Amino acid sequence: MIEVKEIYKSFGSNNVLKGISFKINHGESVAIIGKSGIGKSVLLKHLIGLIKPDSGEVWVEEKLVNSLSFSQLQEVRAQCGMVFQFGALFDSMSVKENIGLALSKLSKMNAEEVDLQITKSLQEVGMENSENLMPSSLSGGMKKRVGIARAIAIKPKYLLYDEPTTGLDPVMTDSINRLILKIHKHEDVTSIMVTHELRTVFEVAERVIMIHNGRIKFDGTPEQIKLSEDRVVQQFISGDSTLLEVEA
Amino acid sequence: MLRILIYPIHIFIRFFEGLAEYVILMSKMFRSVKSWNLYLGFTADQMVNIGAQSIPIVMLTSLFSGMVTSVQAAYQFESGFVPNWFVGSVVGESIILELAPMITGLVMTGKIGATITAEIGTMRVTEQIDALESLSFDPVSFLIMPRVLAAAVMFPILVIVADFCGILGGLFAAQHAMDVSTQEFFRGFRTWFRPWDAWFGLIKGLFFGIAITSIASYKGFTTEGGAEGVGRSTTSTVVISCTTIVLLDYILAEIFL
Repeated sequence: MIEVKEIYKSFGSNNVLKGISFKINHGESVAIIGKSGIGKSVLLKHLIGLIKPDSGEVWVEEKLVNSLSFSQLQEVRAQCGMVFQFGALFDSMSVKENIGLALSKLSKMNAEEVDLQITKSLQEVGMENSENLMPSSLSGGMKKRVGIARAIAIKPKYLLYDEPTTGLDPVMTDSINRLILKIHKHEDVTSIMVTHELRTVFEVAERVIMIHNGRIKFDGTPEQIKLSEDRVVQQFISGDSTLLEVEA
Repeated sequence: MLRILIYPIHIFIRFFEGLAEYVILMSKMFRSVKSWNLYLGFTADQMVNIGAQSIPIVMLTSLFSGMVTSVQAAYQFESGFVPNWFVGSVVGESIILELAPMITGLVMTGKIGATITAEIGTMRVTEQIDALESLSFDPVSFLIMPRVLAAAVMFPILVIVADFCGILGGLFAAQHAMDVSTQEFFRGFRTWFRPWDAWFGLIKGLFFGIAITSIASYKGFTTEGGAEGVGRSTTSTVVISCTTIVLLDYILAEIFL
């Protein structure tokens, strides 16, 4: 279970998060949506302690993330796999080294077990036989897949996706959506994705949290958000930039 | 007008903020030394990058430094009051005490310092450092410690290489500019040579190596703002490292000589 309580975060004079609270239960598939630059990725990074809130609490299981020492934080992070927006693959390492880095350095697996886990993870994301490729030779979609393989290789309980389908063509978007759905069902993980791609939201998520002006504007199912009468929510769903201007 | 008055204060505060951030980062690095065995492989890689791959440029620059020292000494000795074989002592002492560590430091600032900042800075802006943290790695142990450790080992070795090449360059130029024989050159060299001077050069190399790699790592680690930010950090690394080397050179001379 992940719980966020009254989180505030500012960067200089820019108040990004202004009292965000929510709870995510085990096994849920949650999409955090909102306009670009509204602080969705910032919120996601709070969940594994990459960013500390100015005030408020982030709980993962029974641990208060923002007060943990580094070694305690490592334990929390070992349960969370994060997929970054542009893959964030280590560009001096091959695909195999990217996926196997944490397994070989931080787990108790031997070399054979590590190799097996790398192969399994790559099979899971449909990237068999790409172990020796370098990140520079991968397309955007392939980088995202390898990023997902790296995240699932550590067998996490929570999978955090930062804009998993942004910048991809429709076919690749569908392919990544199906992959996220497959992993969510097969691996028994809690999936939390930050996105502004509505297709991903409606195909993958069971619950949607919308952030607007640093606060939660909507929290419900994808069906409920479609029926929402809130003008801000409606504007986001319809993608009509004139909707609020007309009202104003 | 007020803005003009406030600007130097802002720069002054920013300098001390940066210094504090650097000290904190270095203290984290020294605390992470206990997990050195985890990153031994990376340290070996960095020893190759920082040390082995820099040998040609260090050889070349120190060779010419020795040659120019010899030629300039010959120019000074034209009066005839100083015997020609003294050129060996001038070249030897200049190279061992000052030129080898200083030239190595300055060349390595451009070669290694800039590279480290660009590498780590790019990792910062492309979220690779966040990815390391999300995989439970300590990025300070992973990225900074191996580089600083490698430099601490390799810089004194590079200074030794620079010593040899500088003296060889000096000998070559002395033979051509002043008709000084090899025996005469080394007679002059031995006359004023003190083993402590050679050790002092190595100590300087050690400090310069740690300073360059730690400053470069800090600047890379705190990079913000995409490609432009990486460029800014890299430039800043070169400027700060060069200044620090000159300052350290003076401080170490005051302490050890």
